[in-house]
Amino acid sequence: MDASDVKINIIGAGLAGLSAAKTLAQSGVHVRLISYQHSERAQSNLAEGGINAVMNVMGENDRIEYHFQDTGKGGCFLADPEMVRGLTQAAPGIVSELADLGVPFHREKGRLIQRNFGGQKLKRTAYARSSTGKVLVSAMIDAVRRYEAEGFVERFAHHTFERLLFENGRLAGARIYDRFRKEEFDCRGPVIMACGGMNGMFEGATTGTLANTGQAAAVLFSQGVRFGNLEFLQYHPTTVEISGKRLLISEAARGEGGRLFCMKNGARCYFMEEKYGERGNLMPRDVISREMALLNEQAYLDLTVLDRATWEKKLSDLREEVIHYLGIDPAAEPVPVSPGIHYFMGGILVDRDHRTNIPWLYAAGECACAYHGANRLGGNSLLGAIYGGKRAAESLAAAIHEVGSGEIPADGTVSVAAAARAAETGDENVVHARMVRALLKGMEPLRTEERMREALEEVISLKAPDQPETMKASLLLAEAILRCGLERKETRGAHTRLDYPKTDENWRKTTVAQMTDGRIGITYEKIAPYPAP
Amino acid sequence: MRKLLHILRRESAGSAPYWEDFLYESQDEAATVATALQSIGAENRVDSGSGAFRPVAWESSCLQRRCGACAMVINSHPAMACDTRLRDLAGERVTLEPLGKFPVVEDLIVDRTVMMENLKRLSVWLSEKADPGAEDMAFEASRCLQCGLCLEVCPNFAPGLGFGGMAAMNPIARLIANSPQQMRKSLAKNYMRGVYSGCGKSLACRDICPAEIDMEKLLARSNAAAVWGRWKAAVGSRDQGHID
Ligand SMILES: Cc1cc2nc3c(=O)[nH]c(=O)nc-3n(C[C@H](O)[C@H](O)[C@H](O)COP(=O)(O)OP(=O)(O)OC[C@H]3O[C@@H](n4cnc5c(N)ncnc54)[C@H](O)[C@@H]3O)c2cc1C
Ligand code: SF4
Repeated sequence: MDASDVKINIIGAGLAGLSAAKTLAQSGVHVRLISYQHSERAQSNLAEGGINAVMNVMGENDRIEYHFQDTGKGGCFLADPEMVRGLTQAAPGIVSELADLGVPFHREKGRLIQRNFGGQKLKRTAYARSSTGKVLVSAMIDAVRRYEAEGFVERFAHHTFERLLFENGRLAGARIYDRFRKEEFDCRGPVIMACGGMNGMFEGATTGTLANTGQAAAVLFSQGVRFGNLEFLQYHPTTVEISGKRLLISEAARGEGGRLFCMKNGARCYFMEEKYGERGNLMPRDVISREMALLNEQAYLDLTVLDRATWEKKLSDLREEVIHYLGIDPAAEPVPVSPGIHYFMGGILVDRDHRTNIPWLYAAGECACAYHGANRLGGNSLLGAIYGGKRAAESLAAAIHEVGSGEIPADGTVSVAAAARAAETGDENVVHARMVRALLKGMEPLRTEERMREALEEVISLKAPDQPETMKASLLLAEAILRCGLERKETRGAHTRLDYPKTDENWRKTTVAQMTDGRIGITYEKIAPYPAP
Repeated sequence: MRKLLHILRRESAGSAPYWEDFLYESQDEAATVATALQSIGAENRVDSGSGAFRPVAWESSCLQRRCGACAMVINSHPAMACDTRLRDLAGERVTLEPLGKFPVVEDLIVDRTVMMENLKRLSVWLSEKADPGAEDMAFEASRCLQCGLCLEVCPNFAPGLGFGGMAAMNPIARLIANSPQQMRKSLAKNYMRGVYSGCGKSLACRDICPAEIDMEKLLARSNAAAVWGRWKAAVGSRDQGHID
């Protein structure tokens, strides 16, 4: 079919969705960009520290090969090496393209400057103070707006993904709910999921947005979409509880010289530097969070060592935020910090072309399991979202002539008779809260068989036949997360087991969770070997 | 802490507004209006005689002043719910109303689509590669949340008038800061049309902006470039080149 007769449904308008929309529109394909809220509200705006790419502007002889190795190693070799290769190779082009869209990356005398980030020895992270996500999204919104005006992109910006639609066992599109008009309709055609991380499964305990409820992931899981590596959730070492959520203190603070310490016998102990040497504060996040969890002491982040110019030119926004929310001036006194849930390495399992197990369903960005293995490096997620959205769009665009051939409808919206939507009841809120508590207990930074089992039993006990489908789906996903954690009997990346403290080469495989015949099945997939460095 | 949330409610755009009170009690000294809205339910209703309970509808996302979702009118003052600590509000009663300049969808939710439509109408995008140089200006302008608070207090803004207010100035200023030579004429025209000609310089927007964007400075620089043609003075000389 001709591309002009086809419409692609993109669910989510953060960086992954924007990137997919832009790429498709550029190649003349029409898009529905469907999101719960407008792009300005997406989690991508919260990203602080920067985006990784080998620009080699810092005189350190950086090479794409090193970015590849760091990403693979940081992820404990649990991501497909070919995919990591693609990501790291594309990175410099992506950053240049972003600069061409007017992203105000930090420069000095016109020259791009990059900063240090965790798990990477060289300065490879391009940034704009501590607001990198915001400036990237602003530029990407503008870039997509052009295609909105040209009629290639149609926005549905107060719309919730309800579920996938199937006809004769094949994907036919997605059911969408208009929150403003309170109407449902079906969007026919291929679907790209770009709906972000499943924060709502851990509500109140993540650094991300509340609007990423995890509902989309839960429904997809219940509909038979395969998920990968659900046990790997990233605890970021430097977060602080604030009202309703956790506040992130960006890794950039350590990239610019911040140091972690705790008090021992009345004196400061720089525990990361003691154990790992001078780069201790910039070890990958899984390593630092594990050390902090094992400390049993309050840890502090000391930023008083940063000079005035660094505060003014590179971290002014971070300082303001910490003062505003914590009442502590980080330039004057250390900030008490502890690990908090920050990122989901696991998610919808995709192949190198960002296809899922369901033909014509694609996924990209934080909702997908693709590039980050057992632990994501800081700065690789913005990159992964933009690159992933682009790759998904490119592979769809390459198959566009097959759309509408009977396998998948090309286009069309169909309104659905208003179904009575049950308002959330107090009971469901209680069940949800108990599910969250169980997940937090089972999937804490240091895990044991016993605690995960207790949590699993708690989740199973919450199931009831008369629950709404969405609640059932959430409980299923919760169960799958815990089962994946229980099954992986080793310590790797973000999955630290006190009862299996060693990394086991036999476990270097992708965990795959999928609903089959009403049951959660867990299987494993091989991962290609990494070339020796 | 004990607060009585006095909320202006409406089931849908066309239905009659009514007030409902909720009692919120918390030990959390840092609790904000957003925290309270997150936690109130049927059991918090003060006068539960008024029929079946409907959860209070409001928008939120990041809870840390970075997304602009939760803009509303708090004690007659437009502000973000996540940026307003309850302990800073005098008295026990806290009045919550939806923004008044936009159509109400339900309770505290309004439809701010007009802001995005304005930007589309004013062709706010780069049609050529950016010509970087004034990153400080581009950075400041990029920070606009599209929350709409500046429009709420602007004496000159009303949907449909064509004036986009500071919520349009910022995205255009981002382009001005990056403006390639070929785009300047059309950029200036759209700036005149959507911002300059409607702005009465009341600067009511300056103090309300939750992102604390330096509006006066951005306006001055944008005016210098787009209105007075002093591009070089406003955005610097172009000797930076592209990144490759
Ligand atoms: C505080 C913080 C700081 C960070 N800093 C960095 C950093 O410095 N560098 C880095 O690389 N990464 C960083 N990250 C991670 C990074 O920001 C995210 O992983 C990335 O932006 C995800 O982009 P996305 O497009 O996949 O998802 P999101 O930006 O989360 O977008 C998801 C979209 O899906 C929509 N959506 C969700 N559910 C539904 C539904 N059911 N129906 C319809 N639409 C739905 C949302 O409205 C939104 O539009 C940070 C994250 C946080 C929280
Ligand atoms: S200028 Fe400030 S007040 Fe106006 S929309 Fe932008 S962030 Fe909100």
